[in-house]
Amino acid sequence: MTHQRFQHQFTMSAQANNDEVRVLLGRLRQQLADFGVGEGTCASAELVLAEALNNITEHAYADQPGGPVQVCAEVGSAMLRFTLSDRGIPIPGSRLPKGQHQDTQVSLEDLPEGGFGWLLIREFTKSISYDRNDEENCLVMTIPNIPES
Amino acid sequence: MDLQSTTHGTYKFISVNAERIDASVAIQFKDAMRVEADDGPDHVVLDLGQVKFIDSSGLGAIVAAMKQMGKGRKLDLAALTPDVEKVFRLTRMDTVFTIHPDVPGAAEREAG
Repeated sequence: MTHQRFQHQFTMSAQANNDEVRVLLGRLRQQLADFGVGEGTCASAELVLAEALNNITEHAYADQPGGPVQVCAEVGSAMLRFTLSDRGIPIPGSRLPKGQHQDTQVSLEDLPEGGFGWLLIREFTKSISYDRNDEENCLVMTIPNIPES
Repeated sequence: MDLQSTTHGTYKFISVNAERIDASVAIQFKDAMRVEADDGPDHVVLDLGQVKFIDSSGLGAIVAAMKQMGKGRKLDLAALTPDVEKVFRLTRMDTVFTIHPDVPGAAEREAG
């Protein structure tokens, strides 16, 4: 059944560090565009993947810089699905952060400088799930594939 | 991080000559902003017209840049591209900054 939902599939791997993540995002966006995915959807995909990969770099591999990460992308006419795998530490409590809005009506020194990542992931994804198996983190996210008008 | 600043009257304009403010340049951006915004007018306008992509690290770095300028000084943003604007709006950080659709007074400055 899933074979019919996605017309294209590809995987890309990188070491989880900021520079490799940037290169991977560029290649991935180009590949999506080559498969006919519109600019707006490509932009959403890039942001969601940037946030998820930054989390893997900063948190999952906090004690093991540059560990391996793989992105599997599946492209369907209605949605895109991304599966991210890494061998870093699990997400605490195996629970995905809610990504709540932060209080912006505060004084200058109390303004938040972080904590926006999960909020953005949740804003742009249709579904998101997390699983830990055999020392491996697996994050699956789908985003709607919106045709360009 | 390539920043360029010009002072025009009571404003200092800082333009970001880069397409991305992401995790790999967030710290360099914050440090470069410290240098560029260090002196001159209290009112600084950050021209983001060339920036096509920003992530949460880049957003945090812009907030940090404003905080390090200190009280009594102001950091506005200008010329946000659509994807950058969306990140500010969805995180509600568009309520923290004054955002100009274009760089204020750009035409006058061009004219010299």
